[in-house]
Amino acid sequence: MSSVTLRNVVKRFHKFTAVHETNLEIPEGAFVTLLGPSGCGKTTNLRMIAGLLDPTEGEILIGGRRVNDVPIHKRNLGIVFQNYALFPHKTVAENVAFGLRYRDVPKADVAARVQAALDLVQLPDVGERYPKALSGGQQQRIALARAIVIEPDVLLLDEPLSALDANLREDMRVELKRIQDKIGVTTVFVTHDQSEALAMSDRIVVMSAGRIEQTGSPEEVYNNPASEFVAQFLGASNMLEARCTGTDAGGATLEAEPFGQVAVPAEKAQRLGGPGAAQLVLRAEKLLVMPAAEMPEGMITAPARIETVDYQGQTVRYFLRLGERQLQAINMIDERPFEQGAEVRVGFRPKDASALPMETA
Amino acid sequence: MGWFFIRGYAILVYLFMFLPVAVVVLLSFNASQFGSFPMTGFSFRWFVELAQNDAILRAFRTSVVLGLLTAVISTTLGVLASLALVRYRVPGANVVSTLLIAPILVPEVVLAVALLLFLNVLGINKSFALLLFGHVIFTLPFVILVVQARLVSIRRDVEEAAMSLGASPMQTFFQITLPLMLPAVLAGGLFAFTISFDDITGTLFWKPGGVETVPTQIFAMLRNSISPEINALGTVMIVMTVGLPLLGAALARQLSRKGG
Ligand SMILES: Nc1ncnc2c1ncn2[C@@H]1O[C@H](COP(=O)(O)OP(=O)(O)OP(=O)(O)O)[C@@H](O)[C@H]1O
Ligand SMILES: [Mg+2]
Repeated sequence: MSSVTLRNVVKRFHKFTAVHETNLEIPEGAFVTLLGPSGCGKTTNLRMIAGLLDPTEGEILIGGRRVNDVPIHKRNLGIVFQNYALFPHKTVAENVAFGLRYRDVPKADVAARVQAALDLVQLPDVGERYPKALSGGQQQRIALARAIVIEPDVLLLDEPLSALDANLREDMRVELKRIQDKIGVTTVFVTHDQSEALAMSDRIVVMSAGRIEQTGSPEEVYNNPASEFVAQFLGASNMLEARCTGTDAGGATLEAEPFGQVAVPAEKAQRLGGPGAAQLVLRAEKLLVMPAAEMPEGMITAPARIETVDYQGQTVRYFLRLGERQLQAINMIDERPFEQGAEVRVGFRPKDASALPMETA
Repeated sequence: MGWFFIRGYAILVYLFMFLPVAVVVLLSFNASQFGSFPMTGFSFRWFVELAQNDAILRAFRTSVVLGLLTAVISTTLGVLASLALVRYRVPGANVVSTLLIAPILVPEVVLAVALLLFLNVLGINKSFALLLFGHVIFTLPFVILVVQARLVSIRRDVEEAAMSLGASPMQTFFQITLPLMLPAVLAGGLFAFTISFDDITGTLFWKPGGVETVPTQIFAMLRNSISPEINALGTVMIVMTVGLPLLGAALARQLSRKGG
């Protein structure tokens, strides 16, 4: 188990910069997720940590040791690939035992350790089979067993669940987290699926176009996004043009049409410099859609008309028209959703709002 | 109606191509002195005579040695070249690839003469080594084409997984890459052997005096007379050049059934 550090790391492919100057500290034993849209450089970062790519600039440290010049096979890492990458010509047991032959493991212990790894991934009886006689989910478990049986310093996972179908993915997600908790290995997980990231991680690193946008706990990045990009990428957010009229110890006061004055709590307004142009961030799940009469106390509300209803079973997504503006709201369904064209009120609690400075770019 | 003609035509084409072969095989079992119809009885006598003919036995040995050496060298070079072309970004990979494949496209006579002229300029005499060299150049493209096709289909992440588990690049090659491309390597080697064993054009140009391979020996014997021995030799050649690849294919299928 070791920490991982990226120090001023840059990766260029010819003239194209895939990763801009990146600094990242992954503490020992943590489960850290690199989250971002396709092409933002997640895999590139992971492959540089793995030693499959050389950084153009900067250095990479594993357990405090600079590893830029250490080839992959001497880094003691466990890697799980998107398409499992099992050795098709070896049995499951031979696959799992593969890494042990390059370590000084006594012959007598190999079988026991392989069996322990297979037990851990809950496939104790498939050792004699060949990989193609296993389902996708089973193959991915074996790939995980093969990676952890060597007791790696760091476990690297590049979208390990994305080749699985939806139900299986949820099971594997829980399973993966259970195993990581149990062995406590430092883990770097790459995904573009925000719900995966939120459910599994100790820390999330949100990336966009080769840069880190925000690093924080799942709650932090979800509730207090550092940029419009983060707010939009982690679930749907409504961005409202606003003016900050004043800040104090208790928070910031924003003026945002059509809601009027909103008092945003201090910890959600810390990125505001001071009075001036700002954005009010309202998560779609935090917008409550109600008949005017039933709106609870203490909500900041405005009248709205329902334009589109997107029914999703447990929840419903409304597209609301408020004069010039369109907002999205995701609500639990109580009895039945509103009809299209219904006149309603939309409201939120001030503590659920957050504020960002107006982006200049 | 149209189909009827097409089918009939196809059958005629096949007859035209394979009838002479069938005749050779049939006549090689003919008891008569003369290598022609009518057959007078069934006998292995021409095969026995074949086995006692020193010149033919020598030619056979030369061909087998030449074929085996060609296969081993071509396969080794072909595997290395394929690895370089597919796995590493060699500068000018496209040009190199085209150059390596070129011998297939150039008429064999041209290739044969070119190599001979080239060596004349350098003042090198014909030798068995030169003959071998020519056969390697000529068979290499087939090996590369077969091995490359297989290598492209071996996922890179399988090799990366092996390295992440502690295998050096060399260990990864012998543990993972080579076993996975073994069917193609064997097929390439078999190709090289049969092509070398069969070759006459290049061999006629390149062989040093006094050395005969089976095809050049047949060629030489034909100049004197059409002896029934030649039919027997032809049958042996057919068995080798058709049977070996079939055997190889069966073997490859067996191997890949085990692996994947
Ligand atoms: N070998 C390469 N040569 C040139 N450009 C590359 C290379 N590898 C990656 N890139 C580019 O670098 C950028 C980042 O790629 P990367 O694979 O890290 O993205 P990613 O975040 O993993 O995306 P995805 O979610 O699609 O896997 C992309 O624009 C990609 O085109
Ligand atoms: Mg990727």
